[in-house]
Amino acid sequence: MAEVIINLAAVLAGIAFLLVLWRFIKGPGPVDRIIAFDGLTIVSITGILFAALAEGRGIYLDVALVYALLSFLGVIVVARFLERGF
Amino acid sequence: MVAALDIIGALLLLGGTSFLLLGGLGLVRMPDAYNRIQAGTKATTLGTLLSLAGVAFLHPDWILKLLLIGVFLLFTNPLSSQVLARAAHRTDVQKASTTALDHLEEDLGGKR
Repeated sequence: MAEVIINLAAVLAGIAFLLVLWRFIKGPGPVDRIIAFDGLTIVSITGILFAALAEGRGIYLDVALVYALLSFLGVIVVARFLERGF
Repeated sequence: MVAALDIIGALLLLGGTSFLLLGGLGLVRMPDAYNRIQAGTKATTLGTLLSLAGVAFLHPDWILKLLLIGVFLLFTNPLSSQVLARAAHRTDVQKASTTALDHLEEDLGGKR
């Protein structure tokens, strides 16, 4: 029972990833792409959670933590770059 | 008892990923960049937090790391969305034609 619901949740996360990826490809401006990049990394964190669940290994959560940190830094850096061009 | 916790955790995961789906849908459907910032950061933050809570129910021994990720997301996501919105406003990203109110524009009074 629980496994079925978890698989359904993973499928929903995959669809969400595809929707955000569509916005990332379509554009139209740099700000939209950064938003989509932020969304992609956030959805990917949930994806890493599913990987950790499937393998039963808690060490994968460290990857999710570092990924969240790096994506945050990337968004901040690109936003600052857009604002004043370094 | 363990089975009940598993069901609760799986349902929380399902709720979280449906919020992620709604956020993705908002990113596709919203008319301009400012609305997309709202959809793309608020809904996905709630979705990720619900998913983290669901995994905490499924694996109670991971709760410390999950809590750390959740606190970190709560700190960084609003910050990055605010910085993005400010950058969009300063670089004059086009607003949707239905935008009714822009307090920042009024406060600046065109003296940029």
